[in-house]
Amino acid sequence: MNQLATLPTRKDEDFRYSDLDALAGVWPVAREEIVVAAGASEAMQVCELGDGNVARHLAVNVEPGASFDLRLLNAGPAFGRIAVDVTLKQGAQFTLGAAQLGAGSQTLEIVTEVTHAGPDATSRQMVRSVLAGHATGTYLGRIVVARGADGTDADLSVRAMLLERTATANARPELEIFADDVKAAHGCAVGELDAAGLFYLQSRGLPPPIAKRLMLQAFIAEAFTGAPDEEAMSEAALARLEALL
Amino acid sequence: MLKINNLHATVGDKPILKGLSLTVNAGEIHAVMGPNGAGKSTLSYVLGGRPGYEVTGGSATLDGRDLLALEPHERAATGLFLGFQYPVEIPGVSFVQFLREAANAQRAGRGEEPLSGGEFLKLARAQAGLLKMDMEMLKRPVNVGFSGGEKKRAEMVQMGILDPKFAVLDETDSGLDIDALRVVGEGINAIMRQPGKGVLLITHYQRLLDYVTPDFVHVLADGRIVKTGGPELAHVLEEQGYEAVAA
Repeated sequence: MNQLATLPTRKDEDFRYSDLDALAGVWPVAREEIVVAAGASEAMQVCELGDGNVARHLAVNVEPGASFDLRLLNAGPAFGRIAVDVTLKQGAQFTLGAAQLGAGSQTLEIVTEVTHAGPDATSRQMVRSVLAGHATGTYLGRIVVARGADGTDADLSVRAMLLERTATANARPELEIFADDVKAAHGCAVGELDAAGLFYLQSRGLPPPIAKRLMLQAFIAEAFTGAPDEEAMSEAALARLEALL
Repeated sequence: MLKINNLHATVGDKPILKGLSLTVNAGEIHAVMGPNGAGKSTLSYVLGGRPGYEVTGGSATLDGRDLLALEPHERAATGLFLGFQYPVEIPGVSFVQFLREAANAQRAGRGEEPLSGGEFLKLARAQAGLLKMDMEMLKRPVNVGFSGGEKKRAEMVQMGILDPKFAVLDETDSGLDIDALRVVGEGINAIMRQPGKGVLLITHYQRLLDYVTPDFVHVLADGRIVKTGGPELAHVLEEQGYEAVAA
């Protein structure tokens, strides 16, 4: 994913579900370059909770033996796009935990491209979306395993929960593999809250908004488990969740 | 206490309850027995207010309040507890987390002060002890990875914590081994065998009734109560079968 000089169109796969009018207002998007030095461990948290339009583009190089832990909470903006390119060198590790929470007519998107450039690198990505009203939540995730990147271990889990039938979730996990000895798993599901579970909680005396909030809290908690600032991110997500219900 | 009068209900347009009438007075435990497909579970879900179970006629009141007009959580706040035949697994939500919120939501509905974290844990520990359940299990996600017997025991712990006026227990005995059956039976007695409380015990078999002696036994067949008797009726059913007794 190179930085584009001209405003993308719908034909551009990475912008297919984007809000192009809103994007025009924040274009061009500066690349934020991050290098994690060989053997180092770094973590970063990105919380987009304001209500203006936002587009960000992180480009991360994880040098040999280094690890990078990235957590994203994409919840506030009318249009919020977070693109992340990650290149993993030999033995590097990358963890992504991301949640998008949208309502009204919000358009939220997370676009990742993780390249296993060297052998024995590990990537773990988990993306959870909760969408209400007429919100659109998109996750486009590409994993590229370069030639010679044997011993790659890549895992991608994408789940979206629609609180109303008027909301939209787009999910497109992609794998491009040019090496032989590769472990790559991806799972993707879009669904609604389990009706049997909701009735069970209600039958114990929980009003529907609280029952839903508990179930959704558990749903997105997975994305922040083990984060250096797990508590703060979970609290920020919970506050936003309560506003959605 | 619980008054059900000429209750009719359908599930997916299929009539299941066809004029069921039943009265449980305060201080009484009634057993409802019947063959598969008689409408036993439908009765419990209709009383609990499960979506998809449509009442087409009749009434059900608890202490004079129209249950059928209330949302499920409002029914709980009036003191109704539903023990599930198949307790639902809820990943990521712990028992203690949700039960404290549930207990306090019910208390708020009655205008009572909420329980503090410490008060709640003390209550939960006592009720878990009564059902011989390890308190640690209540810190785990709701019913996830529990055996059938553990789920039923956990239902009774929840009942103990929520302290309802009236319990509808749907096949609480299924999936229990002999020792667990005794523990659960003793739990029901300890929590619910009290003046001012009532129980509707729905079961296939007589065996739970060895531990929880009912005041009345009803036979439910084809959506109606077809016979009512004392505890001895359960033994007659066990010996002769539903068909002979219900005919």
